Amino acid sequence: MAVQSNLKNMVLCLTCVCFGCAAVLGGVYAVTKAPIDETNAKLLKEAVGAVLPEGGELSGAMELTVGGLPSEYYTLTADGQTVAYAVKSTTVGFGGPLTIMVGITADGVVYNTSVLSHTETPGLGAKCTSDEHFMNQWKGFDPSQKILKVKSQQGDVDAITASTITSKAYTLAVENAVNAVKSITEEVNND
Amino acid sequence: MTKLQLITKGLVKDNPSFVLLLGMCPTLATTTSAINGLSMGLATLFVLVLSNMAISALAPVVPDKVHIPVYIVVIATFVTVLQFLMQAFVPGIYATLGLFIPLIVVNCIVLGRAEAFANKNGIVDSALDGLGVGLGFTLSLTVLGAVREILGGLSVFGWKIPGTGDGMLAFVMAPGAFLCLGYLMVLFNKFVAKK
Repeated sequence: MAVQSNLKNMVLCLTCVCFGCAAVLGGVYAVTKAPIDETNAKLLKEAVGAVLPEGGELSGAMELTVGGLPSEYYTLTADGQTVAYAVKSTTVGFGGPLTIMVGITADGVVYNTSVLSHTETPGLGAKCTSDEHFMNQWKGFDPSQKILKVKSQQGDVDAITASTITSKAYTLAVENAVNAVKSITEEVNND
Repeated sequence: MTKLQLITKGLVKDNPSFVLLLGMCPTLATTTSAINGLSMGLATLFVLVLSNMAISALAPVVPDKVHIPVYIVVIATFVTVLQFLMQAFVPGIYATLGLFIPLIVVNCIVLGRAEAFANKNGIVDSALDGLGVGLGFTLSLTVLGAVREILGGLSVFGWKIPGTGDGMLAFVMAPGAFLCLGYLMVLFNKFVAKK
């Protein structure tokens, strides 16, 4: 049934199949590129929008080092004044990288946070995306008044039950973001 | 074998998860909830049907010595197509299943059906075979996901049973996957597969 396995046939067959597959992939990529970009832009806008006050004008992504890692941030300006920053911050959680978006107002107070991606245990650490008490405590969290550490480390952050490692990673991510914003604002003041 | 039997054998007699024990990695890892299991099953079904058809069409012109690379390229193409489509239209599910979508390339069910069935049979039969095995996989992943979700999170398809607490967390984690799979396998083989 099958064709003879000589060099010519094998090379010919593999080449043709690869060309065919590449053509299919190229076609599908061209068709889906626009919807994928649209979806990603929408998701990012939602993530940034969720952690910042309403109104004002949002900037594009700008580069920044957060907690020693390259990351990015966005600024929200209204009437020529910077109102708030949204900083993408990544730390290591229990299951792998934990990436969150932290919204911080110009006076250094946390406005809100949201999880962009995580690999925490479902039902335990993954509650950092659904536990209302844990999530709501970040709204209006003032790092100059409260200590950015979980309660077991004499801080003011309530950890998620049975998920101390995730909670610590989340807290560290917020802390890194707060520090990053401090460095931005200091730079602006020095100028 | 009639056309209908081609489909039903994948569901029962050759059920990939409960009888053949193929594709255990996605089976154990993605069934933390019924929806996740269902999505993973449907994603695999999509690849299975298309790769079975393509391979059955290509088989006569593929030299024996290179048939594995050719099949893998074909399967990888369909998986990548699936990835593009999921990213574009169901980004939420794509984010949840994450790494396990590209891993369908090396899912032994897909290559197994290509080797065992598609390269010896016609396009229509191969498509039906892929459909049957894919449905069997979807069914078992959904059942496993539902059982784990009920025991571990006390919810059904994301709907929380009112007035209940946290459930047994062990069932949402890896050990629970093994336990549930084992018991489901026993039940399935006792009451469905062995007649």
